[in-house]
Amino acid sequence: MSGPKRPADPSGLERYYVLTGGRSGPAGPAAGLDVATLIVSRGAPAPGMQHEHEEIVRRCRDPLSVAELGAHLGLPFNILAVLVTDLLAAGRVDARDPIPASSVSGRGPDLALLEEVLSGLERL
Amino acid sequence: MVLKGFDRPDQPAIPGALPAESRSVKVMIAGGFGTGKTTMVRSVSDIRPLTTEETLTQASADVDHLIGIADKQETTVSLDFGRIGINDQLVLYLFGTPGQERFWFLWNGLFKGALGAVVLVDTRRLASSFRAIEEMERQNVPFVIGLNVFPDSKEHPIDEVRDALDVPQHTPIITCDARDRKSSRDVLIALIHHLKDRSAATLEPR
Repeated sequence: MSGPKRPADPSGLERYYVLTGGRSGPAGPAAGLDVATLIVSRGAPAPGMQHEHEEIVRRCRDPLSVAELGAHLGLPFNILAVLVTDLLAAGRVDARDPIPASSVSGRGPDLALLEEVLSGLERL
Repeated sequence: MVLKGFDRPDQPAIPGALPAESRSVKVMIAGGFGTGKTTMVRSVSDIRPLTTEETLTQASADVDHLIGIADKQETTVSLDFGRIGINDQLVLYLFGTPGQERFWFLWNGLFKGALGAVVLVDTRRLASSFRAIEEMERQNVPFVIGLNVFPDSKEHPIDEVRDALDVPQHTPIITCDARDRKSSRDVLIALIHHLKDRSAATLEPR
């Protein structure tokens, strides 16, 4: 049988459009999501959740970075950010941003933090 | 029989899962194409290195035009990453930057929030990492240089390399083998020492 080829599993822009309801990127407070932000679920997935939302909630029972989520779910960062933002807004997950490089005062990273990283690396 | 996760009560029961109270820090591995960024991520990571992707679509039409890609075409750039468990509260994420530096701008805040960066340099092709060094300086990201030694690399005195790369005296330059876990770890340790020195230098006496 011939005809226009259609992917059995929609991928690319079409799939992302469906997943996000056409939204192209997060707005508001979660627009600051980082690839190293850790996402942690507040509880079990709720019945009737969109499949991808449910996957995120399930996978984040233990903390997981946005980058790892993206790799596991096969979703690019900007699409994933929209989905995570939905869950944040609904109070289903918490986001922990990476500990920043410099404090509000503009100083370098906290020395205690650097010592901690150092001793961890020395144990490798 | 080895029961992973059971012999270490401080570790989560699910292999590879992070402890509940974890926080993260990130370090970038930059450098020109083929300088060993992915190799270094792979050699020190606790997990199998993964790739995450960013899709560039019509939102960046102007940029598409600049780099000669038709409007609304989908362009994907990849970021290889790994992680190192520092302790039961802290995990370090390592991100290898895309080889094509022209895509770095896509990574909204890619360097923002990073503790610092390692810029890998192949001494056979010093120029391939110029752009990465410039970018670190422009974005004010503290960095160390890792001279990745390839089997046919000639030995270059560090001072000559420093001159050629035009990096200041206080920027550490370390010779390394990105394929080797300990060697790659030592570059990260050098970066953290460098950050400590900078941090100590900026502390104002009260």
